[in-house]
Amino acid sequence: MSAIGISKESIKTIMQNEQTTPTPTAVKAAAQPAAARMAPSKRPSARSLKLRSFFEWLLPPVFGVLAMIAVWTLISYQSPNLPGPVSTWHSAVELFSDPFYNNSPNDQGIGWNILASLERVGLGFGLAALVGIPLGFIIGRFQFMSRMAAPIIGILRPVSPLAWLPIGLLVFKAANPAAIWVIFISAIWPMIINTAVGVSKVPQDYMNVAKVLNLSEWKIVTKILFPFVLPYMMTGVRLSIGVAWLVIVAAEMLTGGVGIGFWVWDEWNNLNVEHIIIAIFVVGIVGLLLELALTSLARRFSYE
Amino acid sequence: MEKIVQEKYVQLENVNMTFFTKKGTFEALKNVNFSIREGEFISIIGHSGCGKSTVLNLIAGLLQPTDGNLFCAGREIAGPGPERAVVFQNHSLLPWLTCSENVYLAVERVFGATETKVQLKKRTQAAIELVGLAHAADKRPNEISGGMKQRVGIARALAMEPKVLLLDEPFGALDALTRAHLQDELMAIMAKSGCTAVMVTHDVDEAVLLSDRIVMMTNGPAATIGDILDVELARPRKRLELAEDSHYNHLRSEVLKFLYERHAKKAA
Repeated sequence: MSAIGISKESIKTIMQNEQTTPTPTAVKAAAQPAAARMAPSKRPSARSLKLRSFFEWLLPPVFGVLAMIAVWTLISYQSPNLPGPVSTWHSAVELFSDPFYNNSPNDQGIGWNILASLERVGLGFGLAALVGIPLGFIIGRFQFMSRMAAPIIGILRPVSPLAWLPIGLLVFKAANPAAIWVIFISAIWPMIINTAVGVSKVPQDYMNVAKVLNLSEWKIVTKILFPFVLPYMMTGVRLSIGVAWLVIVAAEMLTGGVGIGFWVWDEWNNLNVEHIIIAIFVVGIVGLLLELALTSLARRFSYE
Repeated sequence: MEKIVQEKYVQLENVNMTFFTKKGTFEALKNVNFSIREGEFISIIGHSGCGKSTVLNLIAGLLQPTDGNLFCAGREIAGPGPERAVVFQNHSLLPWLTCSENVYLAVERVFGATETKVQLKKRTQAAIELVGLAHAADKRPNEISGGMKQRVGIARALAMEPKVLLLDEPFGALDALTRAHLQDELMAIMAKSGCTAVMVTHDVDEAVLLSDRIVMMTNGPAATIGDILDVELARPRKRLELAEDSHYNHLRSEVLKFLYERHAKKAA
């Protein structure tokens, strides 16, 4: 009888153990039951510590956003024309419930507008990268080219992006290529300059290695310059996409068509201020996402 | 078959070197003359700033003399070349390549035209094994110690099977124990390969221990060769035995006398 009782007990404990094994804390508790029972509340468990550090990480940005909304609410009380957060929120819910409708070329969902703007930025920025990065390499590599490019970059870089729009309209005779042209010309400078700076900063030691090994120009570029310059280049790319996204709103306001910039202008003409505020948030959040995507890309390609 | 040893394998004739900088001209070397026998190990020693690294860079072809001629194996040195491999002071490994990839880059350049990929890989592996780093072959330079990095630098240079190995203060940045260890290894490797070597150093013990001859340079500007000391100690040399050896100590004091009596550097 007693033997059976014991075996029943042991079966129970085995079953209990089996039930508890999935969580590591339970395994620990089973392994050291006495210690766990003696001080259950004195020391916080690893899980609660993790939870706490997560909240400590999360709270400041949440407070920041809340403070922004509070200030916005206060201002909207003072100025009756400015919609407050609540009415904007309702408007946004309505807007994003159907982002991809298409009534007419001038009346499309917010989703189409964002995609149209992203397409322009992608095209302009892509062309700028295609031209700017190799140009940066050449300028950084050869003193003569650098001296040659200095006055061109010096004069053209400070020009406001929108000043290029009439030239684009004149040359391309259409609004869309002109907008892409404006993105191109404003996004190209950070990529040229950062790539060139990176190339000119390649340590002399590495170039001496290249000289002693008699490496071909192709090997120098692929094995020494490119890996070294990559972080600089990625900085240029990040700055460029930031500029491109900044400029697109203004360019589209002037050129019209589908796009987040023109949409803002359209809603201004309709005096739909909620939509303008929504557009500001959309532009900001998309810009932030682009930045985050490129930062993580840059981290992946860094050799350190 | 007896190999004919060339007496003047590397030759410097009336070499002058003047640097033209923004601050004006600086005459670094004046009338440097010496020659190196094939298979010989030469050290160049002198106070810092005396232009000993300039001499090495001239032989490497990284610098061109303002006046005078340099020859290697009967041909004028016109620029850098893989037959004169350099071990740099700060190892100069490419941080984005693993140790074996760093060596492979050099191997590929020298033998890539004539050998298959398998042969190139074998050469790389042999060079890495020669310096005892087989276990770290796939690590990046920032994952290994300073001594190991310098070994990879040596492996890279040796893998090119150079006619002349140029070492620019190769162990200067290492701690004393690692340095001693690498010096012993270098001696063994040099004995095996029989290659000609020129080493720049400011370490008297290192110079006497490793060299067949020590070129002692006067202080700059317009530095030149003050004296050349023959080190006729039998090889293989043992660090511990030499410490008690009277001739070794005599040679050591000769170099010290040159550096601190005859050409003492005024406190900067």
